[in-house]
Amino acid sequence: MARVVVDVMPKPEILDPQGKAVQGALPRLGFEGVSEVRQGKRFELELDGEATDARLAQVHEMASTLLSNPVIEDYDVRVVSTDEGPGVG
Amino acid sequence: MRIGVVTFPGSLDDVDAQRAVRIAGGEPVALWHGDHDLRGVDAVVLPGGFSYGDYLRCGAIARFAPVMTEVVAAAKGGLPVLGICNGFQILCESHLLPGALIRNDHRKFGCLDQVVRIENTDTAWTTAYDAGQEVTIVLKNGEGSFVADQHTLDLLEGEGRVVARYVGGNPNGSQRAIAGVTNEAGNVVGLMPHPEHAVEDLCGPGTDGLGFFSSALAALQRA
Repeated sequence: MARVVVDVMPKPEILDPQGKAVQGALPRLGFEGVSEVRQGKRFELELDGEATDARLAQVHEMASTLLSNPVIEDYDVRVVSTDEGPGVG
Repeated sequence: MRIGVVTFPGSLDDVDAQRAVRIAGGEPVALWHGDHDLRGVDAVVLPGGFSYGDYLRCGAIARFAPVMTEVVAAAKGGLPVLGICNGFQILCESHLLPGALIRNDHRKFGCLDQVVRIENTDTAWTTAYDAGQEVTIVLKNGEGSFVADQHTLDLLEGEGRVVARYVGGNPNGSQRAIAGVTNEAGNVVGLMPHPEHAVEDLCGPGTDGLGFFSSALAALQRA
């Protein structure tokens, strides 16, 4: 088993209204000094077997076709753990 | 002339769209998201709503519904396709139309009678209008802000592919106040406001929306 994390973030030039809403809420709660918040999504995929190059290529395909919309989002794929030990992500 | 209207889980305006087709003089045909079948229709409407609960991104799951395989192939072959609101989002996710629709810049759901200017009257869905005609139809969305990169926006403007533009203020932060766009061939149109809610005097802001449906029927009759 391998755990692969796909992080999806709005592209820097795309307005992120959700991030703006969170940023607006922080000072109201007394949290100062945060100049920007951007909100994304994190997907954790449990793969059967090892995270081989072929499997990771498939994950990239999943990320670019379904998990993210390349018009407005960027994604990042990383392997965070195997069944040898606890996850570090 | 038979115009199919796809119902996805979470579609809301499919019956209104069917009704608009009927009032315009066409025969509405109910299509189901799970079928690999367009039932021989002459055109397709992807209606508004919240397909698949808008999970992941609006339209992202609907794009992979079985019926969309047929819609995408037929659209590439020239079949007139109109996506309204959630249907517009599905067309963008399917890459039949450029750009994407994100959350309104003011972060509120908007529901209002909206004036839009029809800027392209050559598409399969807009020939009934005069160029520059301003029409009032319903706009209701939470994620209706049209975005694309500057190059794509310039391309759309240069090729006259902005079908409709908001007039009297930008209601959702859409880039260049774009309310609707078309593909290169002009058979696929995506529209954020809802013409199917403006087809009768009894309810809604009038009958300005009827032209979208009568345009398609006229185009089909000519073909």
